[in-house]
Amino acid sequence: MTDAVRAEWSKLRTLASTGWLLVGTVILTVGISVAVAAAVHVTSGSGQDPTKLSLTGIYLGQTVVAVLAVLAISEEYGTGMIRATLCAMPRRLVLLVAKATNVAGLAFVAGLVAVAGCLLAGRLMLPTDGLNPDHGYALVSIGHGPTLRAAIGSVVYLVLIALLSLGVATAMRDTAVSIGVVLGLLYLPSILAQAVTDPLRRHLQQIAPMTAGLAIQATTNLRSLPISPWAGIGVLAAWAMASLLVGGLLLRLRDA
Amino acid sequence: MTAASAPPRLTHGRRRESFNPVLRAEWIKFRTVRGWVIGLIVAAVLCVTFTFLTANGTHEGSCTGPSPSQTTCQAGHPFVPTGPDGEAVADSYYFVDQPLTGNGTITAQVTSLTGVTSTQPVNVAPSLADTHPGLATWAKAGILLTPSTKQGSAYAAVMATGSHGVRWQYDYTHDSAGLPGSTSVASPRWLRLTRTGHTLSGYDSTDGTSWTAIGTTHLTELPSTVAVGLFVTSPVSFQGSNGSATRATATFDQVSIRGAGASKAWHGLSIGTDPQDFYPTLGSGSYHRSGGAFVVSGSGDIAPGVGEGLLGADTAGSTLLLGLIVGLIVMIVVATMFITTEYRRGLIRTTFAATPNRRRVLAAKAIVIGAVAFVTAALSAAVAVPLGEHKLNANGNYVFPVSTFTELRIIAGSAALVAVTAIAVLALGTIMRKSAGAVTGGIVIFVLPYIIGSAISGSAEQWLLRLTPAAGFAVLGVLPRSPQVSYPYTLGNGYYQLGPWAGLAVLCVYAALALGVAAFLMRRRDA
Repeated sequence: MTDAVRAEWSKLRTLASTGWLLVGTVILTVGISVAVAAAVHVTSGSGQDPTKLSLTGIYLGQTVVAVLAVLAISEEYGTGMIRATLCAMPRRLVLLVAKATNVAGLAFVAGLVAVAGCLLAGRLMLPTDGLNPDHGYALVSIGHGPTLRAAIGSVVYLVLIALLSLGVATAMRDTAVSIGVVLGLLYLPSILAQAVTDPLRRHLQQIAPMTAGLAIQATTNLRSLPISPWAGIGVLAAWAMASLLVGGLLLRLRDA
Repeated sequence: MTAASAPPRLTHGRRRESFNPVLRAEWIKFRTVRGWVIGLIVAAVLCVTFTFLTANGTHEGSCTGPSPSQTTCQAGHPFVPTGPDGEAVADSYYFVDQPLTGNGTITAQVTSLTGVTSTQPVNVAPSLADTHPGLATWAKAGILLTPSTKQGSAYAAVMATGSHGVRWQYDYTHDSAGLPGSTSVASPRWLRLTRTGHTLSGYDSTDGTSWTAIGTTHLTELPSTVAVGLFVTSPVSFQGSNGSATRATATFDQVSIRGAGASKAWHGLSIGTDPQDFYPTLGSGSYHRSGGAFVVSGSGDIAPGVGEGLLGADTAGSTLLLGLIVGLIVMIVVATMFITTEYRRGLIRTTFAATPNRRRVLAAKAIVIGAVAFVTAALSAAVAVPLGEHKLNANGNYVFPVSTFTELRIIAGSAALVAVTAIAVLALGTIMRKSAGAVTGGIVIFVLPYIIGSAISGSAEQWLLRLTPAAGFAVLGVLPRSPQVSYPYTLGNGYYQLGPWAGLAVLCVYAALALGVAAFLMRRRDA
């Protein structure tokens, strides 16, 4: 198993795209958060959630993590490398677990840096927009329990998105199709939710991977959330596990 | 002696090759890859399915019952009047009127116009107890002539308004301005409306002696006996996206009515303020006479019906939206693969060997993918739009009335949106040469701005929907804007920031830009 993980690590490490995608994740996530923090302007003192606002970048940064995870396996199918890989590692589930371990680790590191950058941006920039103690908002600080939970949860969220994408790509085997499916799965339910009325809307927000998973970012007004923060992460984890399971099953059953 | 015949001369130097075989080759490539044809079918099926799901999940009705667990709900929507041209209108006001037969002139002096605003949000039944002073900018008080007091009937009116001066309006959509400034005891406004046959004219004056004509109109099918009188109405006033019902009170002095058929019997009538009427009002209005003056209070609006928020309206476009986005994502994947697969498999080298002019290859691919996307999207939308409307009606929703032409525009516009996006993504695929980057780029550039735009508000939303490819979604917009209605015209309320064709043009600029870069790089790079 360790050998399998090391082999996969060598493959990922030596690809030029991996480094670029990791840097891209951090830059995109922090960049969007900085842009939102710069654009927001608050005059009345209620309704805003500074922590959630600082972490807005995850909304877009997750696409890069998804692409990274998809490429980890779909490119092997694209180039035919998968046959050499399976020749060296005939136990296919071990291969998938090794890939999942590496992808999750990379997503974790990128997520950690990105979330830290987002919170720093929120801490430094939001007070000048009116989200300051004068208007009844506490400064963004990980000493604050819910903020710490949102920060850790956002990193976990990115890891789970990576696993979900890996599972989808293992099942689909094609880069373009996999990315289309993953991004569709992430973004479409939020528009569908806007189009339909309650209670269908609430149920949709409870089961969709992104809307449920991002509930972890809320620190104020928790009662109005469609799903509680950790339960939301649980829903996303279930999605990730299900996709890995289906991917693993298909990997075992099909010829490469 | 040599009698060798001269070698045959080339009569035409370089023969210009026909474009048709290139186009045909690309079409054969597309149609013989099973996955791509399946992709088209999937796009069409998903588009129709998601449109149906959206319509199916949208219910409107009223629920009554003692507790949340024991309510009985009935599908149905509030009553929305239809104006003379078949458009949705607001027609709620208080009217003090009398019948007038034949020609006549009615004159009144408006000496004051004041108002109150409900402190409750518009979705809570407003009551006169919870108000603060505040006159709506489009509060209206004046003289109105109408063949019938039924909602949605034709009319002409001259009126003083909250802060838009004196106006002459008729048949909901027509408006012209008279004297500017607000109305008060110190500066009263004299109003006059005359009927001569089928011609109606409005006049205003500051002193009651020198009159200025503001506007005139010919209402056809005007019966000989019409209702004329004093009216007051006051529309929902918006602070940001929160609307509050308002009520205005006006004092009319020196009211005179001249005409053969005029009587002196005034009677008050509240129009469009029943619970089943859609327009939120603050009370139903009243009038009393104090001395020679009439003091009239009213709430509502006489104007075009705008906004999903107020009307509770769904449109042909709003149900199609989700299906269109899903179909678009599938189409982005297919369009990417149409070029990136060639690079991955090395087929592109054969293609370029067969057609050395690379721009022709790009043009042929763009035409094929554009045409295929257009036909697929047009067929899907042509099925999805009527299906969605049918389901919306069955679920008791109010569907905003649009003409057949507008409906065809939505279908053709959506197809054009998908086709142009497919071409742009093909260009993106040519630039990137890899599926991963092109698909992600395609979705992030062409789909995500709209999703983000629909989730935020304010000036960021406006710029996002004007400048990014999300502008193209304006082809779905059908709700009319009206300068006579002060309303937050935001995406959340169903309004796009650009007209349908202008929005599509913005998208075309992006596609042209991508095609230009792709053509340049294709020539410069080795395959």
